[in-house]
Amino acid sequence: MKKLNKLWHFMRNNRGKYILAIIFMGVSVGFSLMVPVIIQMVVDSFIGELPSDHLLIQRIIQMPGGREYVRSNLWIGGLAIIVVTAIYGLFLFLSNRLSAEASEDIAKNIRDRVYDHIQQMPFDYHKNSDTGDLLQRATSDVETVRRFLSIQLMEVGRAIFMVVIALYFMLQISWKMTIAAMILTPIIFFFGYIFFIKVQKAFKISDEAEAELSTVIQENLHGTRVVRAFAREKFEIEKFKEKNKSYAEKTYRLIKYLAYYWSISDFISLASIGLVLVSGVYFTYMGEITLGAIIVFIQYEYRLLWPIRQLGRILSDLGKAIVSSDRIQEILDGEIESDQENETTPEIKGEIVFENVSFAYPDNFERKVLDHVSFTVKKGQTVAVIGRTGSGKSSLIHLLGRLYDVDDGRIMIDGVDIKNIQKKWLRKHIGIVLQEPFLFSKTIKDNINFSSRQSENSIYEAAKIASVHEVIEEFEKGYNTLVGEKGVTLSGGQKQRLAIARTLVNDYPILAFDDSLSAVDTETDLAIRKALSERKKDITTFIISHRVASVYDADNILVVEDGKITERGTHAELMALRGYYKRIWDIQMA
Amino acid sequence: MSDYEFQEQDYSKKIDMKIWKKIFKYLIRYKKLVIILIFFMINLALADAIFPQMTQRAIDDFIVPGNIEGLESFILKFCLLIIWQSINIFIFISTAGKIEMNLTYDIREEAFDKLQKLSFSYYDRTPTGWIMARMTSDTRRLGEIISWGIVDIVWGFSLMIIIAGFMIAYNLRLALLTLSVVPVLAILSIYFQKKILEAYRVVRKINSKITGSFSEGISGAITTKVLVGEEKHLNEFKEITSDMKRSSIRAVIFSALFLPIVLTLSSVAIGLVVWSGGNSVIQGVITYGTLVLFISYATQYFEPIREVARVIAEFQQAQAAAERVISLIDEEMDIYDTIEVQEKYGTILEPKKFNWEELKGDIDFKNVSFRYKNGEEVLKSFNLSVKQGQSIALVGETGSGKSTIVNLICRFYEPTEGLIEIDGVDYRKRSIAWLHENIGYVLQAPHLFSGTIEDNIRYGKLDATAAEIIEAARLVNAHEFIMKFPESYQTQVGEGGGKLSTGEKQLISFARAIISDPRIFVLDEATSSIDTQTERMIQDAIEKVLQGRTSFVIAHRLSTIVNSDRILVIEKGEVVEEGTHDELMELKGHYHNLYTNQYRENAFKAL
Repeated sequence: MKKLNKLWHFMRNNRGKYILAIIFMGVSVGFSLMVPVIIQMVVDSFIGELPSDHLLIQRIIQMPGGREYVRSNLWIGGLAIIVVTAIYGLFLFLSNRLSAEASEDIAKNIRDRVYDHIQQMPFDYHKNSDTGDLLQRATSDVETVRRFLSIQLMEVGRAIFMVVIALYFMLQISWKMTIAAMILTPIIFFFGYIFFIKVQKAFKISDEAEAELSTVIQENLHGTRVVRAFAREKFEIEKFKEKNKSYAEKTYRLIKYLAYYWSISDFISLASIGLVLVSGVYFTYMGEITLGAIIVFIQYEYRLLWPIRQLGRILSDLGKAIVSSDRIQEILDGEIESDQENETTPEIKGEIVFENVSFAYPDNFERKVLDHVSFTVKKGQTVAVIGRTGSGKSSLIHLLGRLYDVDDGRIMIDGVDIKNIQKKWLRKHIGIVLQEPFLFSKTIKDNINFSSRQSENSIYEAAKIASVHEVIEEFEKGYNTLVGEKGVTLSGGQKQRLAIARTLVNDYPILAFDDSLSAVDTETDLAIRKALSERKKDITTFIISHRVASVYDADNILVVEDGKITERGTHAELMALRGYYKRIWDIQMA
Repeated sequence: MSDYEFQEQDYSKKIDMKIWKKIFKYLIRYKKLVIILIFFMINLALADAIFPQMTQRAIDDFIVPGNIEGLESFILKFCLLIIWQSINIFIFISTAGKIEMNLTYDIREEAFDKLQKLSFSYYDRTPTGWIMARMTSDTRRLGEIISWGIVDIVWGFSLMIIIAGFMIAYNLRLALLTLSVVPVLAILSIYFQKKILEAYRVVRKINSKITGSFSEGISGAITTKVLVGEEKHLNEFKEITSDMKRSSIRAVIFSALFLPIVLTLSSVAIGLVVWSGGNSVIQGVITYGTLVLFISYATQYFEPIREVARVIAEFQQAQAAAERVISLIDEEMDIYDTIEVQEKYGTILEPKKFNWEELKGDIDFKNVSFRYKNGEEVLKSFNLSVKQGQSIALVGETGSGKSTIVNLICRFYEPTEGLIEIDGVDYRKRSIAWLHENIGYVLQAPHLFSGTIEDNIRYGKLDATAAEIIEAARLVNAHEFIMKFPESYQTQVGEGGGKLSTGEKQLISFARAIISDPRIFVLDEATSSIDTQTERMIQDAIEKVLQGRTSFVIAHRLSTIVNSDRILVIEKGEVVEEGTHDELMELKGHYHNLYTNQYRENAFKAL
């Protein structure tokens, strides 16, 4: 039961609704079981001449002419059946509705919380996470929990009410008949429970075969060119046939298991009905019960069997719901970025100071990517960083945006240690353009207007600075073109330029480009930087690049090698140094 | 390509018999199974209708007269009935399962066969995801709905007819009373089942939106973080989940309303039976047993109605799936061998290799024009003559037409005007298989299939021996790194070759191409950056592979093609410069520009 804790925890805001739903379920089951009792009265006391146990009926019959009256007005019994069924239906509806409201609300809350949590998880988590697994937890695991809470839980409740109330009514009539009616039900229940636990393996085998089939199709579709170029159509068809067949066979085996289950389960259920019938005959012969009572037993038996069968199946599924809720909880237990008490929201103008900063990525903590790095950037200046792949260039930007925190030393913005600045506040003032930008499958306009609501004009303006306006205008739907599978496929350079526009649409006092023009040609690169420096004069700019052409006009150029700044200064100063910078310059600009 | 073309269409309201006829064509192959299934479904319905009569017997023969004589034979009959019913159930489930699996298998196979024949213009305009959905979920759905649809419809109708028959036989007046609610029940059932399915359809649509949002939220998490878009995204997401909550509750309300309404309606029938039947018992017209029988029948009647209504509604919904699958199977091919060619050279599945001429490798483009299906013209009256054994390099920007030229040579597309001759004969007069068997092709983004490294190399020559495979790998410098894996050639490459690096995949795809000893070699060279050492190995491999073959290289790294016999600079579908590397460098035109630019960048990388 301890395992159910998490499920119970997910339910916390909706427990009241659930309790009400369960109560209504009980009421509806109670009314549904009254119908056979009414039939019993009609048969035994109205049509037949037996005295009734029910006080109300006794009184009616004992009234002068009462018996004759009900005998000639049997519609009373018919009407009672209709009214009772209607009440039963009403409560059934209310119960279902309440449980749907509760479970859908829970599902919504789980989804929202998971989504929110995923967004708040630190950079490092996302860098290393398994997207497929995360997605599965967020979707199919949530669905499993939802199904359990909305359908299965209520089914369990229904089955329990059904058994308890039916037992109560049956015991009132005859305990011997009750034994006859109930003796086979444990077998039906356990047979179902055990069968569905055992058959889970067959379900899994069928699922896996289907996954293999999908892979073959998927690979064929992605590799069409290879298939055609090697004339391997026949080979592919053979390969496909094999998987297609394996799926069909494995699934057929599963269906056959189910055929065994249903026929055996039906056999026991029908035998159970036969038992009621035969013992009914026997006990009336012995004069222990009435015809009406037998009708009640038979009708109850029919109504009981189905929920009992379902119960076995649902309980065998319970494990899945528990596993799923654990998997969801694991995400929610993950560490997220949150504001600390010492963090404030100071005004950010744009002076940056790195003081003896050292840093290593957590997944490779032995390798220092920055080793006692110090430098100062004045407000409005442009600083460029150049160096080999893996020299630690990008980490400067990661640290500046507090995607990671420094291991040693400190980074100050306008005299404030950024450790004391709220992360989101900081990022709202630093426009970071990542090396491999991710575009969302929305329109181009919505992609640029990503985190804010800007006017159309500022969107166009940003796109123009990023040299992407004309490209967009060439699309049939212009700025309303969808990006991604359902829309246009953009080249690497176009993506980078869109990402730049997306950043520039906001007014940041600090901009940081993490090699974000690598897929753009040199001329466009120049055009973008020129437009930038013209229109955004007092912005502090960080440029990381492997191209000297992109960095030579910066106010301050830093050469990073093995986590250390080995050369620094203006273009002229660095050329005079005749070091690494000059070597690159000579090669690239010869 | 229009945006809406591939969105899931809403299903058409009317049942379109033309579509279903095509689908049911698959069913005819399993006539025997279908007949067995129908037979046992009728049996099942019959047994379902007989069980209440056993209760009637028990009441009238034993309970009312207070007699137990003949109980043994009653028990025996009941036992036989149970056994009969259990057999019915077993056979119907396994037969329907068999039909379902066979149908799904057949439809998938036919669609897959078709996919192997469709030309690239089909793939250009059809997203892979769309095809996948047809091949997996739509076909599965069709198999399910057809086989289990037969089950429910046959059972439902026969049960209704049988019960009605029994009731009429016992007492016409009571029968008519019981059946009086059926029309209302039927109309309500059809109405509700449709509404319920529609409502759940909306739910499913929103659900896939949620999955999409999660997927983007996860992949784009870093971007969101950097741009501080968390709040905006969460709000957008919350809108979708609220929508989901609303629609789901709406769907539940429909189904939660349906059952009580229908139950109450059938209770009207039960009430009528109790009233009128009770009177008949008092008057001695019918027995107690018959009264109870009618009550059972009145209770039982609504279930087949509900099932039939559900199946009809489901058929309506599945029609969209059927239309899409049929549209794939009926898609017209635009590149195929004529009947005459097929007779002489065989088909792709049954090639007549003994009739195949040897391919030497002369290739001529004669006034070739080509435009894509969407009207975009890429080549116009293009002429090119290549002698056997020549190496041709194609240089130019994306969209210049160089890929099109190569695709035309491979007959992935055919010229819209003009003709292409191979060894002096229009290549449409030879079979596609003949051409493809003689082409070696290495793609920009190398695509491997899941399986071992050996399997992947063998793809180029299915009957290759282990020695041949090693030789091919050696030739392209792949042997060494392959041997470094613990399982060497038996190493699993993973889905799409995902367990290997790009450079490794490329070398294996070279080995795959070289092992078939092709006469024409096509290389769409990679742009992706790989480390210097691998690059050198690939360079070396390319040179070996090209030797003695007619070859076409789409070059991105110009260093690859310095030694080509002819370099063509393509711009807007025309050759603007042509010559050897030295000639073009001297010309100081486009090629010179491109080359020097690249040299600088590469030199930096090598630093």
